[in-house]
Amino acid sequence: MSLYRAELRRLVLRRLTRWATVLGLAVLATVAVGVFLSNQKIDDAARARAEVAAEQDWQQQVRQSEEIRAECEQAAARGDQSGRFPRDCSGISPPPRDIFPAEQYLPATFDFRASFGGTLIAPAAILALVGFVVGSSFVGAEWNTGGMMTMLLWRPKRVTVLLTKLAALLAGLLALAVTTTVLWFGGFWLIATTRGSTEGMTAGAWQSFALTSLRGVVLVLVAAVLGFGLASLGRHTAMALGGAVGVVVVGQFGLGVLLKLTGAKFVEAWLLPTYVQAWLQKEVVLRNWQSCQVNPFGQCEPETLTLTWQHTSGLLAAGLVLILGGACWAIRRRDIS
Amino acid sequence: MTAVLEIEGLRKSYRSRRRGTRNALDGFDMWVEPGQVHGFLGPNGSGKTTTLRTLLGLIRPDGGRMRLLGHEVPADLSAVTGRVGAIVESPQFFPHFTARETLSLLATAGQVRSSRTDEVLELVGLRDRSRERVKTYSLGMKQRLAVASALLKEPRLLILDEPANGLDPGGIREMRALMRNLSDAGTTVLLSSHILAEIQLICDSVTIISLGRRVAFGPVEKVLAAHSAGTVRVRLEVVADLPAASEALTRAGFRVTREPDHLMLAGVEKAAMVTRLLAGQGLYVSELVWVDADLESVFLELTATAPAPGQSRQVDQSAKPAAVGPSSTGGWGS
Ligand SMILES: Nc1ncnc2c1ncn2[C@@H]1O[C@H](COP(=O)(O)OP(=O)(O)O)[C@@H](O)[C@H]1O
Ligand SMILES: [Mg+2]
Repeated sequence: MSLYRAELRRLVLRRLTRWATVLGLAVLATVAVGVFLSNQKIDDAARARAEVAAEQDWQQQVRQSEEIRAECEQAAARGDQSGRFPRDCSGISPPPRDIFPAEQYLPATFDFRASFGGTLIAPAAILALVGFVVGSSFVGAEWNTGGMMTMLLWRPKRVTVLLTKLAALLAGLLALAVTTTVLWFGGFWLIATTRGSTEGMTAGAWQSFALTSLRGVVLVLVAAVLGFGLASLGRHTAMALGGAVGVVVVGQFGLGVLLKLTGAKFVEAWLLPTYVQAWLQKEVVLRNWQSCQVNPFGQCEPETLTLTWQHTSGLLAAGLVLILGGACWAIRRRDIS
Repeated sequence: MTAVLEIEGLRKSYRSRRRGTRNALDGFDMWVEPGQVHGFLGPNGSGKTTTLRTLLGLIRPDGGRMRLLGHEVPADLSAVTGRVGAIVESPQFFPHFTARETLSLLATAGQVRSSRTDEVLELVGLRDRSRERVKTYSLGMKQRLAVASALLKEPRLLILDEPANGLDPGGIREMRALMRNLSDAGTTVLLSSHILAEIQLICDSVTIISLGRRVAFGPVEKVLAAHSAGTVRVRLEVVADLPAASEALTRAGFRVTREPDHLMLAGVEKAAMVTRLLAGQGLYVSELVWVDADLESVFLELTATAPAPGQSRQVDQSAKPAAVGPSSTGGWGS
């Protein structure tokens, strides 16, 4: 317990923790402010303005088509053969009124029920990044400055030391992620009430948002554990960050190109971001446009592959076991010098 | 009284895929009694740090037995770490924390009362600089911080790996006084060093290591006495003749150390043998005295790391004793 308290204090004292947190929160605040500024509340006046704008647009289109028909008829009377106008000028007719619905002339507005779920990817992704960087440097910097060795002279149970450190990291990140999520809910509720609407929020809708946020928080913690485990395996922060960049750039990009060349069916199914997307949105449907299954109406339907959050959870669990297990095994077995 | 530290037949090889295996420790023995200041001497790369790391559970030995404060280690290490303060090979600290933060984190982790932090900062002379980042410290100040971290636990056994590294003469003297005080208060101090004068000044006993094996051990005077027999200083009338004399004496089986204006010979039984041999070569002795060796010459002789003229010695070029029991060299009970 004393070790846990010391590690928690060390986490909070670290400059990188503070900077990464501040930077992550600043990015999220910017996103929220951007959403606030680009949306507006729809009241009766706004609706009336939209109605007027739609009407004006339609009338302008009508005028234009009438002018063109007039020109067409004059040209026909002159015997113009240039082909600029159709032969039958009566084919030029004004557009119908109903293709100018007033809704299209409404300003952007934030409908909490329809749009909030989609925004939840922002805190999850940003905090996952923060978690990875803070996690890897929390243990990596200890390894390469020799702090880990000093700690082991005080507490010789190596796996306990490593896991206690991890527990402190996760506790800190959990607090950060929960606070941020609550602020995110609050902020967007405020945006919706002032710049949109909060109508139609049923218990089911709340539950769905809550579950999405929960999966986001889990993603943050998993990213932190992966960063922590990789840095501990490599005994250097740079190892974890380099490893991650290597996997993302070379692995994913290269793999994508390779699979395209070999004509693999569902290329995205091999790429990690797809799984992150599936995790947060519950599922992702991949389509293979090359293969065509003709439906009863004679239309071409692409073959599909559905990846759900359960697939991702399997992948995350496997990664966790492999990397954290490896880190625990390595710290037990390897000499510290 | 039982020993504070016992090592028997300790072996450790470092394996590397490219350079094969290197036997850093090859059946090393050591014994430290309570209340002593014990010097642990050896040339660079002889295995001092490896021994201390192994003792403290940082690296896994390939063989041998170790006991700390009566407990088998590494099996029972948790039982003793609270009473063993150690620094191993100039420890590094997190550069952006202050000395006070660094120590108070260790104190929290090790369940040491928090007022102890101020006590050790005072002891090592860092009190007024304790709120500055470690990054801004000089080498000597970092070394003081390291010693402070080892003292934090109020250890019964204090292990210091080359603590004088980077200290100024004043600092070395303070360190010496600190160790004396600790020792008077009942702490056992194990001090690894290659600064021999230092060891001779403050240590009660020594262990000398060369290429992973013990070559001498025991109280300082006994080690000196056991190895100073037969040491003579020889001066010649003509200084330019020294190389020729050194060569002739080496050929005759003496262990010769060249100094700028004289030669030191070890293993001499009768002075006459030296004068006769040199006179036979037309080299005339102007002075020949029996000397009491200091620790430095004993060390150089035992580890065979005295500089030879016109030749740069490589780090692993030291004497390697045959794998033998403790009877061959000095020490207690012999
Ligand atoms: N991590 C390591 N890997 C490989 N060889 C090592 C390692 N650490 C030390 N050695 C080798 O072991 C020998 C003893 O080193 P060390 O115990 O550090 O010596 P000392 O502290 O007496 O100067 C040296 O030859 C050194 O090169
Ligand atoms: Mg060393």
